[in-house]
Amino acid sequence: MHDDIKDSLLKKSRATRSEQRGRIISLTCTAIIVLIVISIFYFVASKGLATFFSNKVNVWDFLSKSIWNPGSTDSHGSPQAGALPMIIGSFGVTLLSAIIATPFAIATAIFMTEISPNKGYKILQPVTELLVGIPSVVYGFIGLSVVVPFVRHTFGGTGFGILAGTFVLFVMILPTVTSMSVDALRAVPRYYREASLALGATRWQTIYKVVLRSATPGLATAVIFGMSRAFGEALAVQMVIGNAVLLPHNLISPASTLTSVLTMGMGNTVMGSAANNALWSLALLLLLMSLVFNLLINKIAKRGRI
Amino acid sequence: MADDKNKIITASDVHLFYGRFEALKGITLDFAQKDITALIGPSGCGKSTFLRTLNRMNDLIPGVTITGNVMLHGENIYAPATDTVALRKEIGMVFQQPNPFPFSIYENVVYGLRLAGIRDRRVLDEAVETSLRQAVIWDEVKDKLNQSALSLSGGQQQRVCIARVLAVKPDVILLDEPTSALDPISSGQIENMLLELRDEYTIILVTHNMQQASRISDKTAFFLQGNLIEFADTKTIFLNPHEKETEDYISGRFG
Repeated sequence: MHDDIKDSLLKKSRATRSEQRGRIISLTCTAIIVLIVISIFYFVASKGLATFFSNKVNVWDFLSKSIWNPGSTDSHGSPQAGALPMIIGSFGVTLLSAIIATPFAIATAIFMTEISPNKGYKILQPVTELLVGIPSVVYGFIGLSVVVPFVRHTFGGTGFGILAGTFVLFVMILPTVTSMSVDALRAVPRYYREASLALGATRWQTIYKVVLRSATPGLATAVIFGMSRAFGEALAVQMVIGNAVLLPHNLISPASTLTSVLTMGMGNTVMGSAANNALWSLALLLLLMSLVFNLLINKIAKRGRI
Repeated sequence: MADDKNKIITASDVHLFYGRFEALKGITLDFAQKDITALIGPSGCGKSTFLRTLNRMNDLIPGVTITGNVMLHGENIYAPATDTVALRKEIGMVFQQPNPFPFSIYENVVYGLRLAGIRDRRVLDEAVETSLRQAVIWDEVKDKLNQSALSLSGGQQQRVCIARVLAVKPDVILLDEPTSALDPISSGQIENMLLELRDEYTIILVTHNMQQASRISDKTAFFLQGNLIEFADTKTIFLNPHEKETEDYISGRFG
C-alpha cells in the first residue's frame, strides 16, 4: 500500500510528462523564431555596414548627401551613396499620410464607439477589414490610374510625387489606424464616461475631455503603427511616386523613398558590389526605423498603462 | 412628515422597465431638504436603479423605459424639455467604485467647473481647496495636487470623487454604495464626512450596510423586489418597523 503511494509520487505522472513535452515544443518554436530574427538582423547589418566599412562611404555623407549613384565613385574614390532624397521621400510620405489619416481615423473611431456603436460597428467593421485585406499592388494600381491623374490635373506637374504617395498611403493606413483607435477608445472604462456625464458634461464634452484624453496613449500607438506601415510600404508607393532619386523640391515633383529605390534596384545589382551594398544600407535604415517605431510604441504603452 | 416646502425631490409612481422586466413597480417617495436618506434592501431590489432615475443616469442604458414623475424643486425632470446636463449639475452622483479620471487630483476636482467654462485660476484654486476640505482629504493631498488621482488609495480616491461632486455645488448628492469597495477605516471617514455635509446638502445614500444606514441617516427607505416596502425615520425603521418584511430584513432573518 505505502509503496504504491510512494511510487506514484516519485514517478512522473502522464500529465507532468505531457506538460514537459508541450514546454519543449513551444520553447523550440520560440527559439527558432528568435534565431530567424537574429539572423535576418545580422545579415542585413553585415551587408548594410559593408558600405561604410569596405566601400568607405562616410556615414554622414550617406545620410546627408543627395547624389545617389553607388555604382560610380566620387573625387575621393568612394561610391556616391547619398540617401538624403529617399530619406526625405520616406519621411515625407509617412508624416503627411499620418497627418491626414489621424483626424479621419479618430473621427471614425469616435463615431463607431461613442456616437453610434451599433450602426458604426455593423457598417464600418467589415469595411475596415476589407480595406486591410486589399493587396498593396491594387492600391498602387488605383493610385496610378486615379490619384496620379487627379494630382496632375489639380496641382500640375506629372502627378507623380510625394503628394500622390501620400494619398495612396493615407487610404492604406486609414483602416489600421482606425481599428486601433477604436480599440483604444473601447478600452476607456465606462465609468469614466458615467462620472463625466454625472457631473453635468454633455456627450461631446465627455468625448473630448475624458475619453480622448484617457485614450491618448492608445491613439498615439495607433498613429505610430500606421506610420510604421506607411514607412515600410514599397509597392504601392513605388507605383505613384515617380522614382526619381532627386531631392524633392515640392510635393508634386517625382521623388523616391527608401523602399521604392530598393524594389527598383535590387534586381539590377551584383551581390557584393558597392551598388548592392548601398541598397543593403537602405534596408538597414528601414530596419532600424521600424525598430524605432516599435520602441516608441512600447514606450507609450508603458507610460499610458492605467 | 415634513411639509411640502421642505421637499426637494418627490417621486410619484415611478415604474422602470429594462426591456420587459419591471425593475421598479411604482415607487412614491419624497426627499426632504438637508436630510440624509438611506435606501436599503437586498441586492437586485431596485434601490440603485431608483437612485439612478433621480439624475436620469438610467437614460444611458439602452432599452430602459420609465413612467411616472420625479419632481425636483417642483419641476418634472422627465418632462421633454428637461436639460439633463443642467439637471446633473444640480444632482451630483458618487459611484460604488471610486472612479477618478486619470488626471491630476487638481484636474479631477475642477472638472465640473471647467465644464461650466470657469478659467480663473484663483476661483479654481479656491474651489479645489474648499471641496477637498469638505471631503476631508485636503490635508492628505494638499502637497500633491498635481499627482495622478489614480496614485491614491481607494478611500482617498472616493473622497476625491466626492470633492469633485462638491466642487459643482449641487443641491443633492446621490451616493451609490460609496463605501462598499472600501476598508472600514475609509468607510468611517466617509461616513463622518457625510454627517458634516448634511448641513448644506440633501444626501441620498444607497447602502448594503445597515449599521451605516442607522448611524448616519435621518430617514430610511426599505426596497424589496422593485417595491418600496417602508419609508420612515431611521429610528422607526430600525427599532419599530411597521412591516414584517422590514423587520425580517433588518434582523437578518431574510431569505
